[in-house]
Amino acid sequence: MTTRGVQRTRVVRPIECTQPPASVRREVLAARPEVENPASPPVLLVPGFGYGAWAYAEHWLDHIAERGFAAHAMSLRGHGRSDAAPDADLRAYVHDVIQIAAGLPRQAVLVGHGAGALVVAMALSRYPARAGVLVSPVFGGFGTALSLLRRNPVGAFPGLFGGTVRLGPRQLFSRALSTASAREYADRLAGPSRRAQRALVRRQEPERPVGDPPVLVLGSPDDRMVARTALEQVAERYGIAPLLFPGMGHDLVLDARWREPADAICDWLLKLP
Amino acid sequence: MTNDNATAPVAAIWRGGEPVYDRGETVCVIGAGASGLAAVKNLREQGFAVDCYERETAVGGAWNARSGRGPAPASTHLITSRPCAQFPDFPMPDDWPDFPRHTQMLAYLERYADHFGLREHIWFGTDVVRVEPAGPEPSGVRPAGEPSSRWDVSISGQRGGSSRIMRYAAVVVANGHAFLPNRPSYEGLAGYRGQTIHASEYQGRSQLRGKRVLVVGAGNTGCDIAVDAGQVVTTCWHSSRRGYWYAPKYVLGRPVDQLAIRVQTMRLPQRLRRALTQRALRLAVGDLTRFGLRAPDHHFAESHPIVNSQLIYQIGHGGVVPVPDIARFGRTDVTLADGRVIEPDLVIFATGYVPTFEFLEPDILKTGGGARPRLRWHLAAPDRPTLAVVGLLQPDTAPLACAHWQSVLFANWLRVLDTAPERAREFWDRHAGADERRYHFAKVSDSPRHRFEVSHLVYLRALEQALNDLEAVK
Ligand SMILES: Cc1cc2nc3c(=O)[nH]c(=O)nc-3n(C[C@H](O)[C@H](O)[C@H](O)COP(=O)(O)OP(=O)(O)OC[C@H]3O[C@@H](n4cnc5c(N)ncnc54)[C@H](O)[C@@H]3O)c2cc1C
Ligand SMILES: NC(=O)c1ccc[n+]([C@@H]2O[C@H](COP(=O)([O-])OP(=O)(O)OC[C@H]3O[C@@H](n4cnc5c(N)ncnc54)[C@H](OP(=O)(O)O)[C@@H]3O)[C@@H](O)[C@H]2O)c1
Repeated sequence: MTTRGVQRTRVVRPIECTQPPASVRREVLAARPEVENPASPPVLLVPGFGYGAWAYAEHWLDHIAERGFAAHAMSLRGHGRSDAAPDADLRAYVHDVIQIAAGLPRQAVLVGHGAGALVVAMALSRYPARAGVLVSPVFGGFGTALSLLRRNPVGAFPGLFGGTVRLGPRQLFSRALSTASAREYADRLAGPSRRAQRALVRRQEPERPVGDPPVLVLGSPDDRMVARTALEQVAERYGIAPLLFPGMGHDLVLDARWREPADAICDWLLKLP
Repeated sequence: MTNDNATAPVAAIWRGGEPVYDRGETVCVIGAGASGLAAVKNLREQGFAVDCYERETAVGGAWNARSGRGPAPASTHLITSRPCAQFPDFPMPDDWPDFPRHTQMLAYLERYADHFGLREHIWFGTDVVRVEPAGPEPSGVRPAGEPSSRWDVSISGQRGGSSRIMRYAAVVVANGHAFLPNRPSYEGLAGYRGQTIHASEYQGRSQLRGKRVLVVGAGNTGCDIAVDAGQVVTTCWHSSRRGYWYAPKYVLGRPVDQLAIRVQTMRLPQRLRRALTQRALRLAVGDLTRFGLRAPDHHFAESHPIVNSQLIYQIGHGGVVPVPDIARFGRTDVTLADGRVIEPDLVIFATGYVPTFEFLEPDILKTGGGARPRLRWHLAAPDRPTLAVVGLLQPDTAPLACAHWQSVLFANWLRVLDTAPERAREFWDRHAGADERRYHFAKVSDSPRHRFEVSHLVYLRALEQALNDLEAVK
């Protein structure tokens, strides 16, 4: 695998022993297929910063279950109905994902959206997932900050100083989604911890995944948060090209044509070696 | 590298009049305790087909209390804290306590086996009785596939099924080292009329009630049993032949192994780190001689750490009476080294275990005359690169992490041996120096008990280097 970034295998991680992230209660919503196929891996859906499990519960959760996979949507700490965590850092979010994944009966497919895709990418380097799916991945960095600022200076400016970034509906969704829905979703967003938000000012370089899982990267060339080049850069880390959904916004999970990316993921999962 | 023949072995080879079923490139793993499970998972992850043989009918090894052979009695709680005790890529639930019970450890290992689909590769109730080189004179690094680097493994069903010989490309021995009791001998022991058992036969407190008990040995087992006894019997003598450091489970409100790792990763000279640790322990535990124990005869970390918060407490309550070594046994009494005579009803020898490799000729791991094997990285037989022993270690903490990375290294090594034998040979020769290393920052005594003692930090750093070195030659 031609992953960029840290190539060395890291064996010694004393911090994982000496400073384990605090235990919290985490929200997990589940949808089961009518007939469980033992060969189908469970799917764990990780929302982006600001979202909770609710975002997947709108459409994807049931749809993926209908396509034959046991689907689980979680809320990172400080999000949705998980316990509050005002000081959470990226490591704590990664811990949350792996805790839920390791609690599933079999090796899980990790799906992450937005900055949740970054959390998933980091989780992939600590837990040998069945597969990884990165949807409109936000890996942070100057480019992300700049495009946020250009499109929504008022909402994004505080982020530079560790404040809460506010995303407008039109940054997230295409025009195909009704203004009412777009507004409703955008209003439900609640900021992640400032520490985690601040981590996105720098570009994050997740370590190489363990166990060499198949990885899929999806996005839209018309995403107003993740530039196409940024999307391609992420895909390139895994030696693949992104799967594109032109005309959709950043939020492939809630946008009007949500079914297309969800089906693409399921089709891909059905073909896993 | 999965071999299609593997699923339907055909015997075309014969050995001593018996058919040999060639399993092609399949790797054999002996034992489905924590180490064996890690080996199966990591070999599978590298694409190898695996046949694992487990004598018992369940996974878990030392933690499988149902087998009745495990060394961990019902009252055992881990001495390593949860984040240090788990596999690095499969955490325990973080709402478990700092020091989980032995039943939780078993549940965890069962979950690991299910999560990664390992059971389908394990043959339960099957004993490995012999492991022999397939070829006449195997030595040095050979490309995989040459007959001499392969192994003939004889297996036999526990319920008396006939035995069979299978041929494998490589073997991982993960048979655990806490099964064969180390039974000390004493003058007069044969004529002693009281009951004597080894700690491995100790199941729980009910065995002790109403008895005067003598516990021999102050490893973690001896201390755990003495504490059990201190709570239910009127008299428990606890005999140890030297002074030790008794670390409590918590220091400054943190699990002691976590604190130790903090100190060991400080950028300070080793002497200063040691002074810091010993000072913290003195503050937490105080002067042991006040309790009738001997002062430690070594620096901290120079012998296997004892972690027990309750022993000192039990001594303070009078439930446990520390006594010196045993001089000799009489018909009904025991004379101690200081001349005292005591009359126990039950003597429990918590004197540790001896590793055995009854299925291997002694020359293979150099275990002739009862010697303990010396392996490269405590892992691989120096002149048999397709044979590894996983889990033959006594780390200060994190034994599962050590077994995990051992099996990752070995799986990677087999891969390189297969794809780039030339470079594999170079790598192997370059690391010959690893054979004599002790992997500890302290001067651990070279007694048999400490043959496998490592600092997990020093050891894992060495494995990290070897792994990355191996990646570079891939
Ligand atoms: C009393 C005690 C307490 C411990 N406490 C802790 C602790 O607190 N924290 C911690 O992390 N570790 C602790 N350990 C260390 C423990 O050894 C490891 O956690 C781990 O369980 C070791 O696993 P293993 O697979 O190497 O060996 P084992 O668990 O011993 O497994 C070996 C397996 O191989 C099988 N086997 C052996 N020979 C054959 C054969 N010829 N054919 C087929 N099968 C065979 C056995 O049946 C067994 O299932 C403790 C150990 C003991 C003895
Ligand atoms: N709660 C837990 O998690 C737990 C519980 C028990 C064990 N364990 C682990 O299991 C492993 C085995 O522990 P263990 O306590 O069974 O064995 P051990 O660590 O080998 O300790 C054996 C003890 O017996 C003494 N001894 C040995 N031979 C003797 C002899 N001939 N005469 C007198 N004394 C003798 C040793 O003294 P010397 O020091 O003088 O050799 C030592 O005190 C260790 O890794 C341990 O950490 C963990």
